[in-house]
Amino acid sequence: MRNIFLFIRQYFNLITFFILQLICVISLSKFSKTHEAFFSTEANEITGSINTQYNKLNRYFTLIEANKELALENTKLKDALKTNFVSSDSTRVIVADSLIKDTLNRYRKYSYLPALVVNNSVSQESNYLMLERGAKQGVKKDMGVVGPLGIVGKVVSVSENYCVVMSLLNRNSKVSAMFKRGKEQNASNISWDGKDAHYLTMEKVSKAVDVKKGDTIVTSTYSPSFPSLLMIGTVADIKTDAIGNNYTLKIKAATNFSALQHVNIIANHYYEEQYRLDSLTKKQQLNLSTSE
Amino acid sequence: MSDLFKNIIRFILFLFVQVYVLSRVPSLHQFITPYLYFLFILWLPFSINRWLLLIVAFAFGMSTDYFLGTPGLHAAPCVLIAYLRPFLLNLFIAQESTEQSFVEPSVKSMGWGPYSFYIALLTFIHHFYLVLIEWLSFGTFLYFIGKVAATTGVSLLLIFITEMLFFRKAKYRTNAA
Repeated sequence: MRNIFLFIRQYFNLITFFILQLICVISLSKFSKTHEAFFSTEANEITGSINTQYNKLNRYFTLIEANKELALENTKLKDALKTNFVSSDSTRVIVADSLIKDTLNRYRKYSYLPALVVNNSVSQESNYLMLERGAKQGVKKDMGVVGPLGIVGKVVSVSENYCVVMSLLNRNSKVSAMFKRGKEQNASNISWDGKDAHYLTMEKVSKAVDVKKGDTIVTSTYSPSFPSLLMIGTVADIKTDAIGNNYTLKIKAATNFSALQHVNIIANHYYEEQYRLDSLTKKQQLNLSTSE
Repeated sequence: MSDLFKNIIRFILFLFVQVYVLSRVPSLHQFITPYLYFLFILWLPFSINRWLLLIVAFAFGMSTDYFLGTPGLHAAPCVLIAYLRPFLLNLFIAQESTEQSFVEPSVKSMGWGPYSFYIALLTFIHHFYLVLIEWLSFGTFLYFIGKVAATTGVSLLLIFITEMLFFRKAKYRTNAA
């Protein structure tokens, strides 16, 4: 027993060193797997409040850019207003409201929650944003986030008043995307290679698809986090894979990630249902394969 | 100004400069990420307890990580250089004269040669370990080598500028302090 104590005393620094290293490695590995282990804690609230203060100042520097983007979005929305289209049948009035079910029996599937960006990075390998809107204000994990010019990322963790968003500029980010021109053209995943904050990558696009430079890439109909046909970017460069029958596309991102201020979080009212059904199917398949 | 107070101020300054200035610089190239924050650990006083040094380095690295959103990534190399620091200092300086008459590592207290070697070696070790951890999760070998070299170069340049801008008066240790 005495020898153990002597040993500990002699190598106390070395032991402390290894314990601290172990803590670092564990927290890092846990974090990259789940993305929620660390951020859904108090630390989120503290760094969030400091970031808010910093951002109050920093917001002025990108004010011109943000105003331009918001004005652009306003024009686009005004352009899409129903009053711009004259119906030939004047007996029917279309009322756009926020009811859960409208007169044409259409259900509301998505709603938009505005949020302010309080922390943002573009220079790391894994970039995250922090938004000032959390569980108390109705944000949940896996909700999509869209900026004035295009989509931004997905919510990965939520605390009471803040949430952390994994930006498209993240090695782990994957968003299902498709071509706007000819909607039947196949969907593929958008990822990021960690090099340039202006360009994204779209891998494994079949050569059967007719791709041209400048084609618009939008969100696909498959993703539960995003409504379909939201802007992602335009094709900047087409490369043919050495192996296989695929293209790898370089996509110019529509969103200017370094000047984000106001974004919208997209809440899918059917997310739970879709997710539950999906995991149920997977479970059933697993049971089938084990019982055989 | 007492040493403790001075180091608390430095802790906050280095943290904020790293998080709000250097990490927000739009990257020129994928290899180049400017790092300066670890200089805080290299500037800690000679007299600090080795065990305390490890804890301080861990706390400092973790605080940086919480702001940058990567818990553990920067803390691990910080703890490593904090562990190696006393060995290097023992190698480079004459125990009796320097450690008893000066407060912290600087050009004045150690001389140009040993001080720059001390800085360069620990900077290299820090980046090597940092990029190694990053590399294990993603990346190629060329990325690994290139990033270690480029970041070390940029960091050394930044440290050099910092030393020039904020010239620290080499304080003698007195019995009164």
